[in-house]
Amino acid sequence: MTTAQETVLQDVVIKFAGDSGDGMQLTGTQFTNNTALLGIDIATFPDFPAEIRAPLGTVPGVSGFQIHFSSDRVYTPGDMCDVLVAMNAASIKVNIKSLKPGGKLIANTDGFDAKNLRLANYTDGVNPLEDGSLHNYEVIKIDVTKLTRESLKDFPELGIKEKDRAKNMFVLGFIYWMYNRTLDSTINFLTEKFGKNEYILQSNIKVLQAGYNYGDTTETFTTRYRVEKAKLPTGKYRSIMGNQALAMGLVAATVKSGLPMFLGTYPITPASDILHELSKHKAFGIRTFQAEDEIAGISAAIGAAYGGSIGVTTTSGPGMALKTEAMGLAVMLEIPLIIINVQRGGPSTGLPTKTEQSDLLQAYYGRNGECPMPVIASATPSDCFDVVYEAVRIAVEHMTPVIMLSDGYIANGSEPWKFPQSEDLQPMEVKFKTGLSDDEIKFQPYLRDEKLVRPWAVPGTPGLEHRIGGIEKQNITGNVSYDPENHQLMVKLRQAKVDKIAEYIPDQTLDSGPAKGKVLVLGWGSTYGSIKSAVLELQQQGHAVSHAHIRYLRPFPKNLGNILRNFDAVLIPELNNGQLIKIIRDQYLVDAKGYNKIMGVPIMKSELVEEIKKYL
Amino acid sequence: MSDVATVPEAKQKPAVALTAKDFATDQEVRWCPGCGDYSILAQIQKVMPTLGIPKEDIVIISGIGCSSRFPYYMNTYGMHSIHGRATAIASGLKATRPELSIWIVTGDGDSLSIGGNHTIHLLRRNFDVNIMLFNNQIYGLTKGQYSPTSETQKVTKSTPYGSIDHPFNPLALAMGADATFIARSMDRDPKHLQSMLLRSHAHKGASFLEIYQNCNIFNDGAFEIFTEKSTKPQETLFLEHGKPLVFGTRQQKGIKLDGLKPVVVTIGEEASVDDLWIHDEHDFYKAQLLIRMFDDPRVEGHFPRPFGVFYETERACYEDIMRLQIEETIATKGKGDLDKLLRGKEIWEIA
Repeated sequence: MTTAQETVLQDVVIKFAGDSGDGMQLTGTQFTNNTALLGIDIATFPDFPAEIRAPLGTVPGVSGFQIHFSSDRVYTPGDMCDVLVAMNAASIKVNIKSLKPGGKLIANTDGFDAKNLRLANYTDGVNPLEDGSLHNYEVIKIDVTKLTRESLKDFPELGIKEKDRAKNMFVLGFIYWMYNRTLDSTINFLTEKFGKNEYILQSNIKVLQAGYNYGDTTETFTTRYRVEKAKLPTGKYRSIMGNQALAMGLVAATVKSGLPMFLGTYPITPASDILHELSKHKAFGIRTFQAEDEIAGISAAIGAAYGGSIGVTTTSGPGMALKTEAMGLAVMLEIPLIIINVQRGGPSTGLPTKTEQSDLLQAYYGRNGECPMPVIASATPSDCFDVVYEAVRIAVEHMTPVIMLSDGYIANGSEPWKFPQSEDLQPMEVKFKTGLSDDEIKFQPYLRDEKLVRPWAVPGTPGLEHRIGGIEKQNITGNVSYDPENHQLMVKLRQAKVDKIAEYIPDQTLDSGPAKGKVLVLGWGSTYGSIKSAVLELQQQGHAVSHAHIRYLRPFPKNLGNILRNFDAVLIPELNNGQLIKIIRDQYLVDAKGYNKIMGVPIMKSELVEEIKKYL
Repeated sequence: MSDVATVPEAKQKPAVALTAKDFATDQEVRWCPGCGDYSILAQIQKVMPTLGIPKEDIVIISGIGCSSRFPYYMNTYGMHSIHGRATAIASGLKATRPELSIWIVTGDGDSLSIGGNHTIHLLRRNFDVNIMLFNNQIYGLTKGQYSPTSETQKVTKSTPYGSIDHPFNPLALAMGADATFIARSMDRDPKHLQSMLLRSHAHKGASFLEIYQNCNIFNDGAFEIFTEKSTKPQETLFLEHGKPLVFGTRQQKGIKLDGLKPVVVTIGEEASVDDLWIHDEHDFYKAQLLIRMFDDPRVEGHFPRPFGVFYETERACYEDIMRLQIEETIATKGKGDLDKLLRGKEIWEIA
């Protein structure tokens, strides 16, 4: 039995790193769920290569999963790690720079043999575990491979390869011991996953327990750690990932609106999980269509929307480029459509598995002709639920395609979510035109209401037969028109309709800080956590810094200009080369300053604190 | 007008008998005078009232090109969409509204060039829609460039030295994509066109009907050899299920199969009627041979060009299986419970 002392910590960052085949994403997810279920606040950052299996043991093949957990509130996955789990030499090479001095390095010694060292490009004869180069860290060497194999000696039906596949369970068990956890959540997970294969199930549980017992019996550490429950608002919580929340928001929208949902899409990283998730929900009547390409995905969604469904298409940057022309059609048709862009590093194929916010200008302007569309962005994983629900509401209530921007970091990141009850969700007002009224002789498809919205008249409705299309429409009648005055009028009307949405969205609020002050840090999308934690730190130091985070990007909330003018400086951090800043400068003539990081990874709190200080 | 957002249900029969006039709109038809599209429009307006479908349940979806102006001239629901995508848009509409009668109007550029991908995928999925491919072997709307069905060596605005592109055989493409109904007709034979439209409609599954259509401005006479009285009898072969393949001014010629090779014979000389190939619309293998009777009529000893239904088979439609999956899921698991979904498997409470 353990004689280790227990120490209570407030805040811990662990990074699990190994070869892409080492199961680090699973290990990270399991530890995340275990942590979340204890009511500890979490933020995670999975970071994996684009290749499914990059060459074994190499630097490009390293896959990492970072989790930040705390009894205080957590807004980012953390700048630096307290603990680095390194399954091989390459994972040290990639990640050692992010381990805090004095931090713990748990190394699988088997991953540091001559072959692994060579693959990780260490000079002949150099082993970082042996040469003293890691003297700044507490190095814990464990031969995970050997111990895993030994713990499975009573499983003769498993080959060496199969046994080695369970290495990550050993590590997970060991970390569970370190942080004073029970194994229940993972045993439940394994039971669900391998329930039908008792032998595999038992072998995995055996290794998990072996890892735990190793910590218990070897006295590797004289201390175990405990992180207490976080002081989150009261209520019921679950753990949620961005793409999962987004899919649920769509399900909620079909339930609450009473309209059937159709997803037309084509697989693309990092958006595919939305398709995977929605395709499970046939019990909600949701139709998912894996089309032949991105264009067919959005086109089919347009066809479904024309027929009275909530038409949705999901994609990432390159797919957005392909859908451009069809988006223009949806703008001309003035039908509801939800276009979801889970952004990734660009241009072209860019950095498929890395995060970036570089499609904002594309969402704003990236179509031929004067082609305004509302744009709305999620800030955190759980925020995807609310934002996509809002996107559907705007689309159906204002008869317009809507672009929702998420990104790879939000999509794969997870956090605790105080999930809503369906009865608490805002109802959606959806109206089909169901026939001619007494004073109507002929249906006028482009006759607008007070919101400048035209009627949604779906096929099958007697008396409303009409033709629509991509050619310019005559105002009110919808007939083809090449009339110069009419074209100008229609361009202005389509713009006015989108601008008018500002009257139906909430005012912009400050996330934190005084209403007037020295610096306003203005953000959108996934920089939320970094900005929030940097601003809070400076506020604690007594600085007059505020944070506003924009959800409604087009149109902006009506009061945004007033907020901006209350500060001496406006700083806009973005994961791009300066996009929101261009729009803000253009619309409000504010001399905003940018802070731009284009490295495929989130902004760190520490770097942002330093940047904001320049304006204080 | 009420405010309930429910999709209207399909009706069994129209309340009043409709005529061709009911399907015409008040929009001025803007094709060039003499265009083959006029005849096709007239035949479709004649056929539609006979289908027993209320006009609000008919949707015509087109892409871009001369033919794609079609929806504006039909008093049904319609969408004039974007280049090449009518098939994809129709797929989404049919998937969600299986009860609608959906007709896709497209051209050789629209469906075989820019929209080629969606055409083949719609066919393999077998949505129950009708594709009417107006093939004029030219780009008309962009004023006279060669198309993917133009013959080689064709001199056009974009091929002043003659086209070096090998043309598609549209029906072979459809066969390759496992279409379940494949037929060909022409603008200048109204009766035949009407019967092919009726057959397309009657087929449960994706119908692929190629219609030879004369562009009298940029490609006048492209199909003259098949449509003019003087040449039509010897240059065309009208297919009828269960009947021998015969043609000629006095029906004196026939097609006989020599192993897997079709041969033209004179009846009573090289062969008797009993020796001739009997057309079977359901014969998958013979359909491929028939579709390949696609000789360049400029070449000596060419086969006559077949018209009619080449092939028809039954296969489950995408929208039906899609609906079935949903119904089966609800039958076994019950209707989705949003609160259960939001709650997930594991939760914790902060008191």
